[in-house]
Amino acid sequence: MAELAVLLFWPALAGYAQAAVAYVGEGFRPGRLGRYAIWGVRFGWLAQTALLVAQAAAAEGFPWDSWAGSLNLFVWMCVGAYLIWGCRAPYRLLGLVVMPLAAALFVLAWLAGGAGPGRSGAFDSTFLILHVGLVTVAFAGFTLAAALAAVYLWQDSRLKRRSPGLLRVRAPSLATLDSLIGRTIAVGLPALTFGVGVGLARLGSEGGGVDAIMAVTFFTWAVYAAFLVLRYEAGWRGRRTAQLALVGFLLVICVRLGSIPITHF
Amino acid sequence: MNLLLVGTSHHHAPVELRERLAFGGEAAGALAARLAAGGGEAVALATCNRVCLYLAHDDATEARARATAELQALSDLPAAALESALYVKSGADVALHLFRVAAGLDSMVPGETQILGQVRSAFERADRQGATGPVLHRLFRQALHAGKRVRHETGIAENPASVSSAAAELAARVFDDLGSRTILLVGAGKMAELAAANLLSRGVGRLVVANRSVERAQPLAERFGGRAVGLDALEEQLAGADVVIASTGARELVLTAGQVERALRRRRGTPVFFIDIAVPRDLDPAINDLDGCYLYDIDDLERVVEESVAGRRGEAARAEAIVDEEARAFDAWQRSLDVVPAIAGLRRRAEEIRAAELARARARLVGLSPRELTAVESLTAQIVNKLLHVPTVRLKEAAAAPDGAARADALRYLFDLGDDRP
Repeated sequence: MAELAVLLFWPALAGYAQAAVAYVGEGFRPGRLGRYAIWGVRFGWLAQTALLVAQAAAAEGFPWDSWAGSLNLFVWMCVGAYLIWGCRAPYRLLGLVVMPLAAALFVLAWLAGGAGPGRSGAFDSTFLILHVGLVTVAFAGFTLAAALAAVYLWQDSRLKRRSPGLLRVRAPSLATLDSLIGRTIAVGLPALTFGVGVGLARLGSEGGGVDAIMAVTFFTWAVYAAFLVLRYEAGWRGRRTAQLALVGFLLVICVRLGSIPITHF
Repeated sequence: MNLLLVGTSHHHAPVELRERLAFGGEAAGALAARLAAGGGEAVALATCNRVCLYLAHDDATEARARATAELQALSDLPAAALESALYVKSGADVALHLFRVAAGLDSMVPGETQILGQVRSAFERADRQGATGPVLHRLFRQALHAGKRVRHETGIAENPASVSSAAAELAARVFDDLGSRTILLVGAGKMAELAAANLLSRGVGRLVVANRSVERAQPLAERFGGRAVGLDALEEQLAGADVVIASTGARELVLTAGQVERALRRRRGTPVFFIDIAVPRDLDPAINDLDGCYLYDIDDLERVVEESVAGRRGEAARAEAIVDEEARAFDAWQRSLDVVPAIAGLRRRAEEIRAAELARARARLVGLSPRELTAVESLTAQIVNKLLHVPTVRLKEAAAAPDGAARADALRYLFDLGDDRP
């Protein structure tokens, strides 16, 4: 199983890389390349799913508790979430943001040993699944929301500038993007809340202090909670909420990068 | 059968002449039937920009004379005046022309989509009148296929080609679900009416017409199932409007950024798309600086249309390649019609010889059982089939070549098949 996991990295990377290149081409000449890209995403995601299954089988548990391992899982979730919308023509443009990033992070996870043969974690699987799994789900959702926010701001600025070539590239409407950003964060925040809650419960029962990653995660939670309150209660819409989603994502990046030098577990 | 096209279009004739030649649906069917009388095939196509008579006839000279006479009768012009505006095409050029027409490549705006339906209707009308046959059936079926391929495989028809459709397309970039949206028409100008009609055809839910005179706004509002209000209610209506189209004849601004800002507070951040088609402008340009407001004036819309039409022209090169491919396929099919009778004749001749020789030998085969006789029958048939297989394949391949007909003639000569062409 461990050897299989090592082998499966390559078809998954090939699928993602092919999709990333095809999306760049789609940006220049919309049409057939977008369809090829979607097949690349599907193929890569299936291969990565098999890789994760092989890793879990080899480890006989939850092997993604390291930052590199969770990065591998994170990429899989981001691409999976993208697949839900990305197959539809107006959302293909999102692939131009998601797929090059996914391919690069996947390589990074592999270089750091997170996409190789699986190894068992130091903690029991139920805790890891709930804590790492839920936080990773939330971060994948926030990443997707950030990609949607980036597309929103790009589309908004083109509409404001009255760019003559505005209609050449197919893109979702601003109203749809705005609604999707809100809904994605509304799904991500409860996942983060439960994930953090599980971590805090363990901290309470087994003892230990609050580290820098936890502090930034709390701050991230507060930003996304503020996002939901402002959007659904105070009536914030459009550019302001898109910018806030990007601010939240900067904190997500801090947490992810912060977990490299800091030993969280 | 010779293919022939006699017609005119916006490239060759002014509108004054084209309108003289125009004919409606029923007349098109009857005209095709008259042209097809006596063993030919015909389809008559008339649109705003062209009149085309497609003919398949054994005698091309006679077909051309009849088509020209029909057009002359329609136009009521002297022959010389009409002839200079007509074009005549024959053979493979007819297919190429029709495929370009169906793909929208011969239209004023490249890639316009209406033409495909017009080509289909023209063919169906002629078909109902019994004016079509295998050649035009194949030609038009392939033309419709070429038109669909161009629309699916290129982006030629994707972007808007008019100011009103550009406005509707831009509104759809702000709101996806137009069904729950409201249009506020400020003034009742013709352009605003066109833009509103375009948006309503895309399913926009509600329409409000605001005009200085409510009585003048009423008929327009009623036509689109909306309601009319006075300009004094503009700010109040703005709070519920998603798309605002302004086209009054006012000399000063009808709506200022301040008024819009006040209305936005009641919209809880929902964006508004403004279209100002009036000259001088009705809407304060500063509206575009407000968060969630997008303002396009007539120049902006025209720039979008220009870019879009330029994009269509860029796609036209890809469309031409598809049309060429389809025209070549049709040409190959038509050439194969020349060799099919020769192949059929050769097979018929071989079967006659086989049957005759078998009948002659039957007296010597009396001792054979029925099963053995069947085996002999089968054996002779197999020998004939195997012998004819390679010549048949070669002749079909040669059909697409320029000397395909000559090779079919050689076959007829070698096997004394006679001239069995239809």
